[in-house]
Amino acid sequence: MELLGKTTIDFIGKRNISFVISSIIAILGIVGIIQIARGAANMGIDFSGGTSMQLKFAKPMAMADARTALHKHGIARVDLQEIKEGNKLLIKIDKNAGAAVGKSADAVKASFTSEFADNPFVVESTTEIGPSIGDKLRKDTLVAVAISLLGIILYIAWRFDFKFGIGATVATIHDCLAMFAVFYLFNKEINLLFITAVLTIAGYSLTDTVVVFDRIRENLHKNLKGAMQTIFNNSINEVLSRTIVTSLTVFLAAASLFLFGGEVIHDFSLALLIGVLVGTYSSIFVASPIVVLLENRALARQGEKA
Amino acid sequence: MPKGIGWRIGLIGIFVLLSFLYLTPTLVSKLPSWWSVLPKDKIHLGLDLQGGTHLVLEVDTQKAVEGTLDIVATDLEDTLTGKNLHFKRISRTGSDKVTVVLYEKGTADAVQKLLKDKYPTYELSPPHDEGGFVALSLRVNEKDAQDRKDKAVQQALETIRNRIDQFGVSEPIIQREGINHIVVQLPGIKDPQRAIELIGRTARLEFKMVREDVSPSAVTIPDDAEVMKEKTADAATGAVSEVPYVLQKKSLITGDLLTDAQVRIDSQFNQPYVAIEFNSLGAKLFDQVTAANVGKRFAIVLDNNIYSAPVIRERISGGSAQISGNFTEKTASDLAIVLRAGALPAPVKIIQNVTVGPSLGQDSINKGLMAGLIGVVLVVVFMAIYYKLSGMVANMGMVLNVIYLMGALAAMGATLTLPGIAAIVLLIGMSVDSNVLIFERIREELKLGKSPKAALDAGYDKAFLTIMDSHITTLITAAVLFQFGTGPVKGFAVSLSLGVIINLFTSLIGTKVTFDLFLHKGTAKKLSI
Repeated sequence: MELLGKTTIDFIGKRNISFVISSIIAILGIVGIIQIARGAANMGIDFSGGTSMQLKFAKPMAMADARTALHKHGIARVDLQEIKEGNKLLIKIDKNAGAAVGKSADAVKASFTSEFADNPFVVESTTEIGPSIGDKLRKDTLVAVAISLLGIILYIAWRFDFKFGIGATVATIHDCLAMFAVFYLFNKEINLLFITAVLTIAGYSLTDTVVVFDRIRENLHKNLKGAMQTIFNNSINEVLSRTIVTSLTVFLAAASLFLFGGEVIHDFSLALLIGVLVGTYSSIFVASPIVVLLENRALARQGEKA
Repeated sequence: MPKGIGWRIGLIGIFVLLSFLYLTPTLVSKLPSWWSVLPKDKIHLGLDLQGGTHLVLEVDTQKAVEGTLDIVATDLEDTLTGKNLHFKRISRTGSDKVTVVLYEKGTADAVQKLLKDKYPTYELSPPHDEGGFVALSLRVNEKDAQDRKDKAVQQALETIRNRIDQFGVSEPIIQREGINHIVVQLPGIKDPQRAIELIGRTARLEFKMVREDVSPSAVTIPDDAEVMKEKTADAATGAVSEVPYVLQKKSLITGDLLTDAQVRIDSQFNQPYVAIEFNSLGAKLFDQVTAANVGKRFAIVLDNNIYSAPVIRERISGGSAQISGNFTEKTASDLAIVLRAGALPAPVKIIQNVTVGPSLGQDSINKGLMAGLIGVVLVVVFMAIYYKLSGMVANMGMVLNVIYLMGALAAMGATLTLPGIAAIVLLIGMSVDSNVLIFERIREELKLGKSPKAALDAGYDKAFLTIMDSHITTLITAAVLFQFGTGPVKGFAVSLSLGVIINLFTSLIGTKVTFDLFLHKGTAKKLSI
């Protein structure tokens, strides 16, 4: 079976459209990151410190009632989230609301036990993170992201050419920004698992880009005289069915995680899904057009000199 | 058979065999007795999968340095008194020095000499005036302080390990992380709160004399005394009452002189208490102290709380004593554990606590496996439809991948976490990528009119570099994730990087050999792709 026969789509020619779309995505992502740095986004307690608990009640529990009960017992700043399946409630308490690590969880337990005596609950999970760990994690994460990007640039620059290195890096950063943009816009929690997803997608998107670049390089060697744009377009078209097939298989796997993997990795698999889509888009519409742009500029400069 | 197929098939077979060998302990609940020499390690399940508690403790190492200086101060007091050198005060001042205040210049010279001999590694300040008296201070040097801090973390690690061993948790992980952090993982524990209290307790046991000449409500307490409280909870109402006592600051005997602590039941009141045994030095001290203070009260203090303050009725020799208080069976046994395991050299603070209930853990496993299974089925069906028989070869490669990966995880004693399962599922999607690259190339070659055999070889050849490049870039990110990640993230990185390496093997050797086997004569007319 074949999804596509031979295609001759002018991908590079559409670069103006794709650059506009990508710029919007990137700007949103940057805004998201700035908000995260300012602490204005929905930060997971991995980074901000605090307490998060998951309770499973015997009977359905209205969020408003739960909130009133907590307020009554002096827990003012609390984030509640309902998990539809199985009367579960996710409770997130800011580090500033409670005292030492360990106190907030007890306070929550005590207030529910006393307020809702007829609705017993079990604590399914508790996570308490002191502020110092949050800071350390945030720093470590930044370093990790920086190191892996650097590693990737160096590898691509070594295997290909500096211009390709830039193209691949821009595409990779673009994909990371897109994930931040979506998570920020939908007010999804930014936690350690999200960062893990971002780094994973950085690797995946790069793989996609590298496959396209490999073909471009091969065709450049075969045909030294052809117009840059034609060679790039042909190469992308040649690997297009591979790009789509692979994205499809990874997408299928990530989608089954998203749909059936349970609430713990729900957001994580959502991030992966977004990443696969954007990663596929960027390898076609971002990475190569940038290399063409850089090549053309270099050629023009040579032309001026001559 | 064509050249080179034999050893490739052999290698694949050996790896499959090895994988199952390592996987057996995980899959079989009870190993036969003759298994003894074969691998016994299971794939460990992360806390997110089986439930349990993950703690990060921060050791207050500065307190350990201060504790050492307090001991130096006490020791100096004894030495100077023994040598008949009169002093006004010896105490720790600030966080890094001990100051000796003397009455006159003459003694200062003698003391200065003594300090130099006794504590050569400390920095000794020249005598200086302090409110009309002569003061000398000993400052601990930076290197010794660092050393002490480092030892404190080591000791804390040992002590916590002892406590957990006695508490009875199977397969705990207790390790140092960074300069002053200790990571404790307790899989599958039922009463996390109790464990946390047990681990976090400093458990510094002291015996101090009660100063009955000073009222606890007095406005000024003498320099060498302090107020502490005895808390008693009423068994019936649960109301806590506090009785303050004035205690001599200096402790006469400390917990490090204990050899044993056991829970006993008082036959008269049917109340549990903790019986303690001193070592020979402790027994001698206890004997001396009780002999000299008959009729007075002394307090048993644990972490600055008075447990009891009995009156000494008679001299107690033989080195045993008992701590009674309002104990339940559990609290008495926990106290006995911490006393046996010893005190922490410095207080610890819990800075991270992740507790997952066992029901959620089981739920996560079920869902993770279900998602994995569905993912596999979707990919298998897609590949079979899209690439027909060749797709099935790729599917076989993917199954090999999963078997190898599970085997490798078991062999390494790695921990499987939920993100780890996610990585495996993701890998299922990515593992067919190498084959997709190859197959697409083969289709191109076939379109150029090449024979199946030639197209196959060219396809593998041309895709090789691309496959290498794509795998290495993924490895780079996996390595970084592994380096900075903790817990679940590390589990993800391990699964991902192992998967990438294994995938390289299966796609370049595993699936190729299958094709070679069928096409080696070069007479096949058509390739099912």
